[in-house]
Amino acid sequence: MTLTRRAAIAIGLGAPLVLLTRPALASPETMNAAIAEFTDGRSVQEGRITLDIPVLVENGNSVPMTVEVDSPMTPEDHVTEIAVFNERNPLPDVVRFRPSPALGLARFQTRIRLGDTQKITAIARLSDGTLWSAAMTVIVTAPACIES
Amino acid sequence: MTDALVNIPETATPGEIIEIKLLISHPMETGFRPRSDGSLVPRDIITSVRCLYGGETVLEVDLNPAISANPFLVFHLRADRSDEIALEWTDWGGVVHREARQITVA
Amino acid sequence: MKRGGVAALAVLLTGPAQADERRSGFDYMGPETQLMQTDDMANPGMLAVQAGMRLWQETAGDAERSCESCHGDAEKSMRGVAARYPAYDATAQSAVDVAGRVNLCRTRHQGAEPLPQEDADLLALVSLIGLQSRGLPVMPDPDPQMSQWRSRGADLFDRRMGQLNLSCAQCHDDNAGGHLGSAPIPQAHPTGYPIYRLEWQEMGSLQRRLRGCLSGVRSDPWPYGSDAYVAIEAYLMQRAAGMPMETPAVRP
Ligand code: HEC
Ligand code: HEC
Repeated sequence: MTLTRRAAIAIGLGAPLVLLTRPALASPETMNAAIAEFTDGRSVQEGRITLDIPVLVENGNSVPMTVEVDSPMTPEDHVTEIAVFNERNPLPDVVRFRPSPALGLARFQTRIRLGDTQKITAIARLSDGTLWSAAMTVIVTAPACIES
Repeated sequence: MTDALVNIPETATPGEIIEIKLLISHPMETGFRPRSDGSLVPRDIITSVRCLYGGETVLEVDLNPAISANPFLVFHLRADRSDEIALEWTDWGGVVHREARQITVA
Repeated sequence: MKRGGVAALAVLLTGPAQADERRSGFDYMGPETQLMQTDDMANPGMLAVQAGMRLWQETAGDAERSCESCHGDAEKSMRGVAARYPAYDATAQSAVDVAGRVNLCRTRHQGAEPLPQEDADLLALVSLIGLQSRGLPVMPDPDPQMSQWRSRGADLFDRRMGQLNLSCAQCHDDNAGGHLGSAPIPQAHPTGYPIYRLEWQEMGSLQRRLRGCLSGVRSDPWPYGSDAYVAIEAYLMQRAAGMPMETPAVRP
């Protein structure tokens, strides 16, 4: 069966989304401000970093995310910091990784919360000072039959 | 005490890139969740995780309320010597928790 | 909901998707959530198991006995136990689920207070016990006293309830495989409990899951510990007989 959105709301769908997004919502502007602070006004190029998040997630409370930078991770050429930002959670910062070249591979996996369907942006700073970015939109669905 | 699952290989070949996994038991209370009386449940999160290889910091991670409950982290490390690999994480009260394993590289 | 609303819902409920085979809720999940369950290092349920292992060895109550002091190694003594529960306890003259059994051991054998339903320590012990049945087939308790519990559970499963006037069976037998909003409707197999539910962001029992479905149909959930839950649990386990246990499962 497929219930209409109204019927689904009657059964309790949708409620969990409200939880995370109720307080002073971050906005594309607050995300852009956080990004500007991170990049210190320098230009950001697209590429070298990849963001892997399932496009459609079953519950915004736990969304698997992998971020990887194409880097040899040598003392001469490595990633110094990766920052991940979101558009619509109450705070724009998701996570930051500061690796040393000793890691050998700049790939990080974690699980994040997304209060709503939104755009995620990842930016890597390399040892030569250049900045690289990737972005994607994630659609968050909600489970049914939640406790009220 | 906090429960945590730590997965660090016990052995590796020189130069091998090993995978390290950490799963920490923690609610990651965002500070944005309203109680029934309208007040907010105070924030209580793990704020940072650090990995040390033979005492030298090789990774720092800053966590925010947008990290899921029971924080999960997977990363890699180039194993080039037998030494201690330690994971340290700091909670909202500033307490540092530590789990360390010895790796044999041969 | 008004009469008209119920009629509209009834129309919406008549989908095809008649399930012809038993499938775990696991099969309806996305690959990422499945991986979260199957990788023990990624499954937060294993944190509860680790806590359970610690509690297993700790003394509790006036008797100053640990679970281990009577039952030894949980991996051996608890193997297959959860796959057989709820089981009949002759002394209590009642069916008990695994959590109920743990509390009987606390009161009878440890001289300790029972742990409240959904208490993290209780869930941890039940998760540890449940893990020892992972991969084993559900094998309902053969005690003849159990049949009346199962038939009561079956009655409840088929009874329409709540403002939405829906029975468990209407969703989980007739419409399993369909969708409620964006959520797939599973067949309601109890094989993974206690579960780590992403929605809860913590562990929870089958009773807690059933309460979610009860409030979903706008029916007041029965109080925790009510016989009605144990009856439904017993019926669901019989309905899932032979299916592999998955504790600790992950669900959205
Ligand atoms: C309106 C449809 C509906 C009704 C009625 C309903 N449920 Fe559910 N139930 C669901 C949905 C949808 C899920 C899937 C979980 C989710 O994403 O919310 C579910 C999940 C479950 C699960 C978890 C299965 C798993 O894989 O872990 C069990 C058990 C269950 N229901 C039992 C029941 C029982 C018992 C009743 C009657 C008291 C009932 N349900 C009534 C829709 C329903
Ligand atoms: C003093 C001994 C003693 C202690 C301590 C004890 N138990 Fe038991 N347990 C028993 C006995 C005896 C039974 C058989 C049922 C009965 O007579 O109550 C049993 C039965 C069980 C069963 C059911 C096994 C089956 O095959 O059905 C489980 C599960 C269990 N105990 C778990 C625990 C846990 C968990 C603890 C610690 C919180 C614990 N027990 C502490 C003596 C003990």
